[in-house]
Amino acid sequence: MRLTYLLKRLAVMIPVFFFVVTLVFFMIRFAPGGPFSSEKSVSPAILKNLEMKYHMDEPLVRQYLRYLKDLLKGDLGPSFKHANRTVNEIIAEALPVSVELGLLALMWALVIGITSGGLAALKPNSPFDYIPMTFSLLGICFPTFVVGPILVLIFGVWLEWLPVAGWDTWADRVLPSLTLGFAYAAYISRLTRGGLMEMRVQDFIRTARAKGLTETQILTQHALKGGLLPVISYLGPALAGIITGALVTETIFNIPGLGRFFIESAVNRDYTVVMGTALLYFSLIFICNLLVDIVYALLDPRVKYV
Amino acid sequence: MSELSTAVPSSQGVSLWDDAWARLKKNRLALLAATFLILEVLIFFLAPLIAPHSYEVQDLERTMTGPSWRHWFGTDTLGRDLFARVLYGGRVSLTVGILASMVSAIVGVIYGSISGFLGGRWDNLMMRVVDVLYALPFIFLVIILMVYFGRNFMLLFVALGLTQWLTMARIVRGQVLTLRHKEFIEAATVLGIQRKRIVFRHLIPNTLGPVIVYLTLTVPAVILEEAFLSYLGLGIQAPLASWGTLIKEGVDVLDLAPWMLFFPALFLSATLFSLNFLGDGLRDALDPKGAKD
Repeated sequence: MRLTYLLKRLAVMIPVFFFVVTLVFFMIRFAPGGPFSSEKSVSPAILKNLEMKYHMDEPLVRQYLRYLKDLLKGDLGPSFKHANRTVNEIIAEALPVSVELGLLALMWALVIGITSGGLAALKPNSPFDYIPMTFSLLGICFPTFVVGPILVLIFGVWLEWLPVAGWDTWADRVLPSLTLGFAYAAYISRLTRGGLMEMRVQDFIRTARAKGLTETQILTQHALKGGLLPVISYLGPALAGIITGALVTETIFNIPGLGRFFIESAVNRDYTVVMGTALLYFSLIFICNLLVDIVYALLDPRVKYV
Repeated sequence: MSELSTAVPSSQGVSLWDDAWARLKKNRLALLAATFLILEVLIFFLAPLIAPHSYEVQDLERTMTGPSWRHWFGTDTLGRDLFARVLYGGRVSLTVGILASMVSAIVGVIYGSISGFLGGRWDNLMMRVVDVLYALPFIFLVIILMVYFGRNFMLLFVALGLTQWLTMARIVRGQVLTLRHKEFIEAATVLGIQRKRIVFRHLIPNTLGPVIVYLTLTVPAVILEEAFLSYLGLGIQAPLASWGTLIKEGVDVLDLAPWMLFFPALFLSATLFSLNFLGDGLRDALDPKGAKD
């Protein structure tokens, strides 16, 4: 892993980011309607004042340049709909919630996925293999917005074990994070099994077996490192998927995260919040992909980045 | 001697497609998936003849009733027949899935084959662009697009298609890179055939196998994306319904009328499942070397 590679990746990011800012900015602005168009009984004078306050009366290009300038300073501007709040404040409040949700989901996905995939590989063609593999097939075909409500129905409504909405206690976090992680647990389970099965026929595993190590030792000490490579490279897409999947999960469970602000502000035409949250999403996904690449290169010496 | 001459017709060359078909026939799961999908498509497109009720008409005396002889899948909150709604919803979901996948295939094939054919610096640049775009979560752009310009059927599938063309471009480019040094392309070049014609007449048809496989796998991805958007209220708009909107309606009254979630979710999942299996089967059949396991 060379530093120049990292710098190169970051350098590519800058024009792409700029491109995204421009695209989203003009996409929103050229669309019909505006943040104040749904406001009832606003006199023209007030509307004019509002527009002046937010610099909406200036030519579009001026507004765009102003936005860029503020963006460079890290200022995402005031919200159009949430009075007296800036986009930075909204993000500061919502981002930790979404990050927590995402990390918990990822944890579920990894723990459930690797354990069940490992068990399946340890005892192939046994119930340990069939049951998780059947489940993982289900996981791939049942989207978040079906799994979530079903979990709510079973554990929230019928059994009344867990709360069905909110984000205050630890119990509130169980169902949303499970919902979000479920599909990825399923896929990771399959990848783990596949990767480990491939390792089983390698020479170094045969050597380990000849040395008299038990199957469990072989698995944990030798096969797992190589067998998990497909899982690592899947983490990039998985993280991106978890971030987008959170949009729906946050809606289902009424969680005050970024996704809800994004959707809500998109519908309300709260220009600055849409821009701010969308840009944050783009940056998050970019950073996640970069981190995954770094981890992959650290684990697999065969990978060379130039 | 006479025996030999009768043997000749039977040793006729086996085409790629015959070979693939023979392999696919052995894959029971893929065949089952294909049968299910064909049946489903037939039922959906004959929906007006099959469904005993209209998908719009309200039976106000029977709102939110469970499955019965009169309404096979029950009725929804407005007393509309759920069976009819699931069939018509499937029609919308499949149509969006197929059309959007076509958009992605057309863009991906053209982009990928041009990149592979030009090679060198252009190829490098074009693939870098794909790499960069890969890192962008298009679904956010699609959401913004749908909110501001949206609720438009055409726009929906073009937007969804444009989120899916990248992998197709990569696959086709890889194929073209290996094909373009083959003798028949050299022959075509020597014969002085235009480059455009070489790409469209000789290269693209030969990449068809992987394209079909990936197309089959793109359809469920798009159906899922559409359902995702519809769930958020940004996809198909009433009175039309897709499985996504039906699922959303079902979730809202989940504890009162669980069948409203059950039936659309069942159809959605069975369809995604079948398409994925068929895609895997086709991959194994068309590309035995790349087969898994």
